[in-house]
Amino acid sequence: MRASLRALAGAVVTVPITLLGLALVTFLIGRVMPIDPVLAILGDRAPEDVVARTRIEMGLDRPLPVQFFRYITQLLHGNLGNSVMTSHPVTEDIAHFFPATIELATAAMLIAMLIGIPLGVFAAVRQGSRLDNVVRVFCLTGQSVPVFVLAMLSLLVFYAKLGWAPGTGRADVVFQDMVPEVTGFLTVDTLLAGDWDSFRDAVAHLAQPAGVLAWFSIAYIARMTRAFMLDALSGEYIITARAKGLSAARIIWRHAFGNIAVRLVTVLALTYAGLLEGAVITETVFSWPGLGQYLTVSLLNADMNAVLGATLVVGLVYVVLNLLADMIYRMLDPRVR
Amino acid sequence: MNALTRDWLLSDSPASRRQAAWGRRYRLWLQFRGHGLAMAGLCVIVFVVFVSALAPLLAMQDPGAQDLAARLAPPSAAHWLGTDELGRDLYSRLVYGGRITLGMVLAVVVLVAPFGLAVGCVAGYAGGVADKVLMRVTDIFLAFPRLVLALAFVAAMKPGVESAVFAIALTAWPPYARLARAETLTFRNTDFVAAVRLTGASASRIVLRHIAPLCVSSMIVRVTLDMSSIVLTAAGLGFLGMGAQPPSPEWGAMIASARRFMLDEWWVPAIPGLAIFVVSLAFNLLGDGLRDVLDPKQS
Repeated sequence: MRASLRALAGAVVTVPITLLGLALVTFLIGRVMPIDPVLAILGDRAPEDVVARTRIEMGLDRPLPVQFFRYITQLLHGNLGNSVMTSHPVTEDIAHFFPATIELATAAMLIAMLIGIPLGVFAAVRQGSRLDNVVRVFCLTGQSVPVFVLAMLSLLVFYAKLGWAPGTGRADVVFQDMVPEVTGFLTVDTLLAGDWDSFRDAVAHLAQPAGVLAWFSIAYIARMTRAFMLDALSGEYIITARAKGLSAARIIWRHAFGNIAVRLVTVLALTYAGLLEGAVITETVFSWPGLGQYLTVSLLNADMNAVLGATLVVGLVYVVLNLLADMIYRMLDPRVR
Repeated sequence: MNALTRDWLLSDSPASRRQAAWGRRYRLWLQFRGHGLAMAGLCVIVFVVFVSALAPLLAMQDPGAQDLAARLAPPSAAHWLGTDELGRDLYSRLVYGGRITLGMVLAVVVLVAPFGLAVGCVAGYAGGVADKVLMRVTDIFLAFPRLVLALAFVAAMKPGVESAVFAIALTAWPPYARLARAETLTFRNTDFVAAVRLTGASASRIVLRHIAPLCVSSMIVRVTLDMSSIVLTAAGLGFLGMGAQPPSPEWGAMIASARRFMLDEWWVPAIPGLAIFVVSLAFNLLGDGLRDVLDPKQS
């Protein structure tokens, strides 16, 4: 336990430095842009004295380090500036759009775990078999398809041709804004409201983008599970367990899988972070009103406050997830202590 | 290859350094040739490189030439892969698009690999404060998801191929630095480095002549595996309108502009989509094979 406390103390020092670095990167990106932030707010027909006054009000006449200090102070107050596009504070926008992304990523994660882990385990148990090769090819294709191509293909097949899936978006028009927003997760909100039709609609809309997003993680999870299992199955304690006459299922799931579960937790946390990234493109194709779509729409409108705010939040979540993965690993695996 | 060269290459007691080096390469090649999938990947890439290089000869017409009378035509003898919404020949655009994709991949790799190698070797060999600072900077860049940071960066500059290349490079170098550092750490305290140091070699000479070359083989594996993700990121940026701009025949941008016709003329977006998939898969297969040959402990 003491070692994990020491690791926690180390994280207390390094994580803020990393976060400060993240803020510095977004700050600098905001400064290299050719668009004048003053003109972006006032429009290019504003009188010159107004432009000059606003420039001073925004602190843009001060030296860069001073500006950065101001930026950090504002960040710590939860102020990411206003979005030009929605004219709301960026923090509010993000709070509004982020739950949809978390809902999508979580659903994708569940699908990926339920398929990826057994796939990896079976591929490892039957190493070199046909199943193993199928999994291997599947993993490679999973890594090679662009998300947007898979998303469009899925829409073409399941929506347009087969009619199995509803169209894009989070809910059908008839169900829109039917239930009060409590958690921001539409599936949970509809359940809380007890509105079963809305719930079914929300799940149906969630299934397709989540499935597409999950595809990539299935490949990654299956590959890592296979590698870990191969490693575990070659251990001497497995031979002992076999010699004792334990059933194959018990050896695989209790002895080998039990040993790799901790390492898998790390992989899962990293996968979840990766899903946030994949969500950017998936959301754009499926018109899913989450942070990814907010980011791309802001990009096309050169709404820099919104772009940098969203980037920073995604970076923050990424760092926290990495940290969590590391902590869980240290706490659960006695060998690292 | 005649038997004489073969014997010279496979000799157990090479007479010169050159013979030993070529012999080693030949053995690696023999090993690599045994990987069916990796060879398939290599063939696809060689094919794409050739097609891109010879694009002006292979294309049936100018990739920008419009023929509004023949909009969204299905594949035919005149247009092997059909036409897009402006009546441009999809086959010609595909062939020219390969140039953009391969060019971007090459540019990113040329920017990233030497930089990552340098950062990693210096951090690993110097140790101490330099190591801490360099690795902290690396961690910061690793903390952003790749596509998101690239998007923010491109948005700040002007969307286009050059910005996309810089943006991808900016997000791609940290893993190389990490890898080079890890390799350097394993060599740093070996006897041969100590011996070189005893002969009075300077730190820069040790890093440049003795450590960096040893990191190269794992860098090659990493670069090849990474190329597939560079292809995907470049296409993703193009798709989101942040990479190559229309009317450029970049594959991702082609898919974005053909998205509207997906339900009826599905082949218009499907063809560039397939191209991205094939090239990316080929790089993955090649990288997998190279890893087995060059870096057996990794696989």
